[in-house]
Amino acid sequence: MTTSTLPEPIAGAPAPAGSRTGSRTGINTRSETQSETGINTRSETQSETGIRTGFRSPGSGPAGQTRRSNREGFKINWWLTALMLAASLTVLLPLYFTVAMALKSPDQISGTGLAWPNPMNWENFAAAYVATDFPRAFMSTAFVTVFSVLGALACSSLVAYAIARNWNRKFFRGSFVYLLSAMFIPFPVIILPLIKQTALLGLDNPAGVVFLHVLGGISFNTLLYIAFVRSIPVELEESARMDGATTWQVFRKIIFPLLAPMNATVGIFAFLGSWNDFLLPQMMIADPALQTLPVVQMLFQGEFNTNYSLAFASYLMAMAPTLVVYILAQRWVLSGVMRGAVK
Amino acid sequence: MTTTARVAQTARPAGRKNPTPAPATTGTFRSKNKIDPTYYWMVVPVLALFAFFITLPALVGVFFSLTNYAGYGDWKFIGLANYVNIFKDPAVLQSYIFTFVFALTTTVVVNIVALAIALGLNAKIKWRTGIRTVFFIPMVLSALIVSFVFNYLFSNTLPVLAERFGFTPLATSILANENLAWLAIVLVTVWQAAPGATIIYLAGLQSVPSEVYEAADLDGAGSFRQFLSLTLPLIMGYLVINVILGFKGFLGTYEIIVGLTGGGPGMATQSVAMRIFSGFTGGDYSYQMANAVIYFLITLLISVIQLRLIQRRGVSL
Repeated sequence: MTTSTLPEPIAGAPAPAGSRTGSRTGINTRSETQSETGINTRSETQSETGIRTGFRSPGSGPAGQTRRSNREGFKINWWLTALMLAASLTVLLPLYFTVAMALKSPDQISGTGLAWPNPMNWENFAAAYVATDFPRAFMSTAFVTVFSVLGALACSSLVAYAIARNWNRKFFRGSFVYLLSAMFIPFPVIILPLIKQTALLGLDNPAGVVFLHVLGGISFNTLLYIAFVRSIPVELEESARMDGATTWQVFRKIIFPLLAPMNATVGIFAFLGSWNDFLLPQMMIADPALQTLPVVQMLFQGEFNTNYSLAFASYLMAMAPTLVVYILAQRWVLSGVMRGAVK
Repeated sequence: MTTTARVAQTARPAGRKNPTPAPATTGTFRSKNKIDPTYYWMVVPVLALFAFFITLPALVGVFFSLTNYAGYGDWKFIGLANYVNIFKDPAVLQSYIFTFVFALTTTVVVNIVALAIALGLNAKIKWRTGIRTVFFIPMVLSALIVSFVFNYLFSNTLPVLAERFGFTPLATSILANENLAWLAIVLVTVWQAAPGATIIYLAGLQSVPSEVYEAADLDGAGSFRQFLSLTLPLIMGYLVINVILGFKGFLGTYEIIVGLTGGGPGMATQSVAMRIFSGFTGGDYSYQMANAVIYFLITLLISVIQLRLIQRRGVSL
C-alpha cells in the first residue's frame, strides 16, 4: 500500500490526496482501507481524473475522452439519451406545473391545471409578495442562512484544524469522538427540551436557529475538514512559525485559504440546509413576524384558502433563490457536493 | 467509537505524507513541548456550546421521561411508567410500523432509481451536462414546498386525469386514501432524495477502471452481465453508504409528510418523529420524551448493526 500511494503527492493536487487520507480516519476506516488495497493503484488514479473531468464540460478532459473512446468508440447512445430525456420530465413537469399555476388567474384554474395560462397573470407575484410579507421573510431567511454558513465555515474549520494538529493528545481525540457521537442522536430526541431551553434563554428567534444549524452540522463538517487539514504539510506552518506567526495567524493566513475547496463543499451544504430548513424555524421561532420563507408558505395551507395561484406564485418565489443560484453555478455546486460524497 | 479512534491512529503513520520514522519524531517532539493554548481556544468554546445545545437537551429529555411532566406546571417522578405505557399504546406502535415500512420501501426505491440515473449519466449520452443539471434540481429545493406542489398534483390533477382515462382507482385523491397515502409520500421522498444518492453512485461508477470493462468485452460479456458481475460488486461500498445514509434520513422524515398528508388520513401516515413533536403541544411531554428515548435506542441499535455490516463488507470487498 505504501508503494502504491507514494507517487501520488508528486502528481496529485492536495484535494484528492486529502480526501483519501481522510477516509482512513473516518468511521468506516476498515472498509476504505480495504477498498484501496483491493482495487489496484491504476483504478484509484483513474477515479480521480474521472471525477474531476466528469464535472467540466460535456467534452470533458482528454483523460475522460480516451477512456470512453476505448469503450464505446465515441458512439453516442441515442436510445439511452431519449430515455434519459424522458426520465428528466419527472423533474421538469412539476416545475413547469408550478410556473403555470403561478401565472394563472383564479378562474383559469380548472381541470388538470397543466395547461399554460393565456393571458398570463403576473399580478399573482405582487399579491403573494404582499400576502407573505416577502421582503421580511426573505431577510429573515437570508439572516439565518448567511450566519449559518459563516458559522459552519469558521467553527468547523477551527475545530478540525486544532484536532488534526493535536491528534496525539487525548483531549483532542476525545473531542473528535464526542462531536461524532452527535451523528447518532436523531433530532427528534432533543427537540422538545431544546425548544424549552432556547425559549428560556431568549433564543426563540432566528439567532437561535443559527446556533442550532451550526452545531447540528458540526460533526459532519469537522469530519470533512479534518481529512483535508491532514493533507496540508505541517512544514508549511512551521516555516511561518519560524518567522514569528502565532497559531491564529497561521490558521488565518495559511490554513484557511488552503481549505478553499472544502470551504466550498461545507458552504454549499450549509446554504442549502439552512435556506430550506423548515423544522427548526417552525419549532423555535416564536414571533411569526420573524419566520423564514419555507415556514411562511404554511399560510396557504389553511382550510379556507382556495387561492391556489397566489400560493403557487409564493412557492415559486421561495424556491427561486436556490434554483437560480444552482443553475448559474451548477458546475461548482455539483463538484462541491461530489467532494463531500467521495469523502 | 474507541476502536475507530485506535484504528485511525494506527492507520495514520501509513500515510504518505509522513514516512514511517517521521511521525514518531514529531510525535515525541510535540508531546514533550508545551502545547499552544490557542488550540484549546479553538475547540473549547465550540465544545461548550455543543454540550449545552445538543447534549444537555438529550439528558434533560431522558430525565423528564421518568416523570409525569405535561410540558407545564408541577411534575413528580413516576419511574418507568411512561415506558410501560408506550409498549401498550397502539397509536405509537402504528407510528413505528409506518415509519419503518416507509423507510425501508423508500430506501429500496431511491437506490434503484439513483443507480439507474447514475448509470444513464455515466454512459455516452448526448447533452450530458444539461440532463445532469435537470436531474439534480430537486436537491436544492425545499422539501416542504415541493410537497405542497405535489399535494395539489395528487389531489387535483391526478384525479382529473384518471377520470379522463377512465382509471377509477385514482379518481379520488390518493392522499385521502388510508392505504395509498403512504405511497405518495414514498414517491415525493424519492423525487427529493434520489439526486443525493445519484451523486454518490456517480462517484462510485467513475472509480471503476475502464480496463475491467475492456476485459469483459473481450470475454464476450453482455452489458447486463457486465453490470451484474462487474459494476455492482465494484460499487458495493457506495451502495452500502447510500443505504445507511438513506435509511437513517428516511426514518426522520417530517417535512414531506407535513406537506402532503399532515399525518392523515386519520393517523395512517404519522411518523415517529411527528408523534414526538406532538408532545410539545399535546400535553404529553414526558410521555413523548420516553418515546424519543426508545426511538434513540432503536436508531442506535440500527447504527451499530450497520457499522458491523460495513466492516464485514470491507473484508469481503
